[in-house]
Amino acid sequence: MQVLVLATLDGIAYGALVFLVAVGLTLVFGVMRILNVAHGSFYALGAYAAASIGGALASAGLSPWLAYPMFIVAAVLVGVVVGGLMERFLLQRIYGHEETLQLLVTFAVFMILDNAQRLIWGVQPYFYSEPLRLLGNVKIAGITYTAYQTLFLPLVALAVLFGLRWFLRYTLAGSVIVAVTEDREAATAVGINARRVFFLTFVIGVTLASLGGALASPTTSVLPGMGAEMIVLSFAVAATAGLGQIEGAAVAALMIGLGRSMAVFFAPELEVVMPYIIMVLVLLIRPEGLFGKSTARKI
Amino acid sequence: MEERATIAPYHMEEPVKARRIILSMATVLGLGVAQTALAQDAPENIKIGITTFTSGPASVFGVPAQAAAEMIAESINEAGGIQGVPVELHFVDEGAGAETLTTEVRRLVQDLDVDVMMAAISSGNCINLTPLLEDLEVLNILWDCGTQRIFEEAEYKYNFRTQANATPEMMAALLYLLKTNPDFETIAVINQDYAWGRDSWELFSSALMKLKPDVQVVAELFPRLGAPDFSAEISRLLATQPDVILSTSWGGDLDTLVQQASQRGLFQNSTFVLPLAESSIQRLGGVLPDGVIIGARGDHYFLHPELRDDKNLGDFVERFRKRTGDYPIYPAFHMAQAFAALQAAYDKAAEANGGEFPDRAQVLEAMEGLEFQGYGRPLTIREDNQALEAQLIGVSRTVNEYDFPIMDDMMIFDAADIMAPAGENSLDWIGTLDPSFIDIEVTEYKHGE
Amino acid sequence: MIMRIIFPALVLLAAINPLFFPQWDAFLTIVFAKALPVIGIILLLQAGQVSFGHAMFFAVGAYCAGFVGRWMGGGGEIVILLVAALGASVVAGLFVGIFVVRYRYIFFAMLNLAFSMVLFSLLEKFIHITGGSDGFRIARPTFFGQQLSRSDFELGVYYLALVLLVVSIYGVWRLLDSPIGHALKAIKTNETRVEYLGISPRRTLLIGYVVSAVLAGVGGAMVGVFQGIATPDYAYWTRSGEFVFVAILGGAGHVTGALAGSYVFEFIRVTAAAYLGDTWQLTLGVVLLGIILFAPSGIVGSLIKLGNRVRGVKEKRSQSSIGKAGEIA
Repeated sequence: MQVLVLATLDGIAYGALVFLVAVGLTLVFGVMRILNVAHGSFYALGAYAAASIGGALASAGLSPWLAYPMFIVAAVLVGVVVGGLMERFLLQRIYGHEETLQLLVTFAVFMILDNAQRLIWGVQPYFYSEPLRLLGNVKIAGITYTAYQTLFLPLVALAVLFGLRWFLRYTLAGSVIVAVTEDREAATAVGINARRVFFLTFVIGVTLASLGGALASPTTSVLPGMGAEMIVLSFAVAATAGLGQIEGAAVAALMIGLGRSMAVFFAPELEVVMPYIIMVLVLLIRPEGLFGKSTARKI
Repeated sequence: MEERATIAPYHMEEPVKARRIILSMATVLGLGVAQTALAQDAPENIKIGITTFTSGPASVFGVPAQAAAEMIAESINEAGGIQGVPVELHFVDEGAGAETLTTEVRRLVQDLDVDVMMAAISSGNCINLTPLLEDLEVLNILWDCGTQRIFEEAEYKYNFRTQANATPEMMAALLYLLKTNPDFETIAVINQDYAWGRDSWELFSSALMKLKPDVQVVAELFPRLGAPDFSAEISRLLATQPDVILSTSWGGDLDTLVQQASQRGLFQNSTFVLPLAESSIQRLGGVLPDGVIIGARGDHYFLHPELRDDKNLGDFVERFRKRTGDYPIYPAFHMAQAFAALQAAYDKAAEANGGEFPDRAQVLEAMEGLEFQGYGRPLTIREDNQALEAQLIGVSRTVNEYDFPIMDDMMIFDAADIMAPAGENSLDWIGTLDPSFIDIEVTEYKHGE
Repeated sequence: MIMRIIFPALVLLAAINPLFFPQWDAFLTIVFAKALPVIGIILLLQAGQVSFGHAMFFAVGAYCAGFVGRWMGGGGEIVILLVAALGASVVAGLFVGIFVVRYRYIFFAMLNLAFSMVLFSLLEKFIHITGGSDGFRIARPTFFGQQLSRSDFELGVYYLALVLLVVSIYGVWRLLDSPIGHALKAIKTNETRVEYLGISPRRTLLIGYVVSAVLAGVGGAMVGVFQGIATPDYAYWTRSGEFVFVAILGGAGHVTGALAGSYVFEFIRVTAAAYLGDTWQLTLGVVLLGIILFAPSGIVGSLIKLGNRVRGVKEKRSQSSIGKAGEIA
């Protein structure tokens, strides 16, 4: 029984982080129909940016609590600068091309960013765990957990989930995004600037990925190659949920998180394969994913 | 970011072959001038191909080792080279994938005609490259990889390893544990899920079962290489509360594991054995608590207790710090050992050659049974081309002089005692061990004494 | 033009190359062997489908060669290894294909990716069978019954790879001009119409899929035997991405694009690794971007256009090389 509680807590914490990253991927796909292979690179960039700014805070002798607002600063910075540049100068040139070419453009960006990270930050792992220490520990079922992973991350994930829902339903910009997703031609006909919508969506998607990276940085070593793994995991979540499904991504991330932590407790050998097994099983039964609709796209 | 180290000018089309033909003709004709001809005919430089990781997670080892190699080459050349000939380095990235690696190594050997190769860090790459280099008939120094299988499963003429292998490395950690904590009852392992993680546990656990059969293994966890999060594993370890936790992980994985474990108090109830932690302690700083058993894959350490007053070691550490900002870690020392062996081989071959610059066959011959010294105890190449290297191991201790824990209560094990004899399979040899093995003799040191 | 003059001329050049530039042999062997999976990718692209998981068949071929070689003892015989790899990839192709041909476009790509990642994880996981991430050593097999030294063996593998490449390129070229080939292309333009004609798109796609799996498997076996090792990386998603990259680089509109792409890709990779050190990945990324933005029909496609312009032939239609442009937005 205790084991089940533990596995559930770990699964939620892990799922929360995976959701934060995967939701950006699925949002971009839902609106722009582009599967962004470079998404994991933005996750890595966010982590590096946060670790660097965190290091700078520490050496400047400022309060480590500043780390929390700085996560958002780092994420928005990466989202607007790198994501914005990528959308403006690369993606805009290939809208209307085949999916394969769009996929490969993002693959090329992935290769470039992966290499660029190494050139900028070197190869030594960074670790900036101050924010995690600040929140301290909680004891659940006799086992020590960090409040950061067990409470803070799931709360942020929930906030992002409901924030996105609210944004898409009740704000003008959100409604415009939904309109473009549903029917781009009709939306353009009534005077909506689809390009601006794409730009906005992409920047939000990238910001979410790098926010995930920034929030992950206190819990893990920031090092080369961390992006490549995250991409595949985000794909698995997005595909399991149904591409473009935001609430679905939350459920799928939770499933994959729980599946993984259950595996650690009961069948450690399956831990690595777990996300893919879940994905393959779901897709074999429901090709559009758990919540996907084969005809209309939903966001 | 890193400059490519070409110490001497880069000559693509050196007329090496032509010169060698003339040379052999002169010898065949038995000309009296042969002596002077030989002396002049030393090559312009000794070309060394080195494979190391400059990309991927293992670059935490590869990049410091590359810095060490560049530094050593510079000082060799400042001192006039090896037997008067400067060295020239060519690096290949092991992180670029198996095909690019072999293509590049072929290019170095076949087009550039390097005199010696030094390959590799990854055991997988060693397994891949040793037969290739054997067929290409070029001297190769296995400078860092740990797998004990290579010289146990085949005989080589051109491949030599200038440091220990996984067997003595794991035996030293196990013996240290049994000597200092004889009464533990349960053990758990959390290793990276790849050959090294699996093999090292197999060696460790099979010897443990021979030496202390009543120990219970309560968890065997193998998270994938590069896993970003060990929360679930740590929860499970917290719930099982093993007396001892072993992890042979390294790099970012080890950093993450230690950070997460220390934050959640896993170090309080369990004794940790981290045989590769020496390469992480400078990054981990104060996060690593005192009393953790840490190793360095061999007999080298920037505060080596037997060489504390040795000027060479002091110089090496100082120059390395100036170059990289860090204290040297074990891959840098392994690189130094490889160069020390190479230099010793050239010197030995030259001596056998009447003081003249030796040819490649003579250098190769000199490698057999070679004695050399890096920054630790003297080493010997055994008849199976495997070096005998002692093992240094200790526990972490916070001291005032450093902002990271150093090694204390060190033990140095002699190589011959803790490894399978030449020609014997390590697991078979472990099968012959009994509890008296724990009482093996060892030299002990305290930090600063 | 391409198949009648340029391609035979290139093959002839390749056949006599070892006499003049033997130092290129190893490089070209890899180029030829890795062009095989790319031919498979191009075949699927004719149907508008892109697989982001074909590295799994590449790995199946390589590991199968390794297992059979070990089972036969001493490395086995190269012909048997290749036949075994072919058989294994037919089985694997059928197994995965039966599932994935039900899906199109992004779902097709993703499902392939998922299967390949499962294989990748299994290869890493079952370390006692596969050797884990260190890889599975493939001992040098006999070559048509002959026990050869490494250099002779490599020369033999060079010619074998060349022959396989020629047979595959010619075979797929003919296949594309056969009823099945036309049905494949019709899946891209209008799948519903294919069904109305009484042809099963799924079965057609399955045939194409198995053929492409076999090409990837044989290519993997050749690379594995030549390198002497098979590693789980052979199945990793970035390798699948590379195959697609190479197909686009060479030009997905024509089978020979596989050869052109493979050559240029390996050339950039090797030169960048040798002279640019740490930035080979960045270099490849920039090249890929350049190709997509400025020459989306790839090397061969651009050459054809150039040739047409020189000869004053009007372009029949500015059809894009792959996929269906109308699908998006």
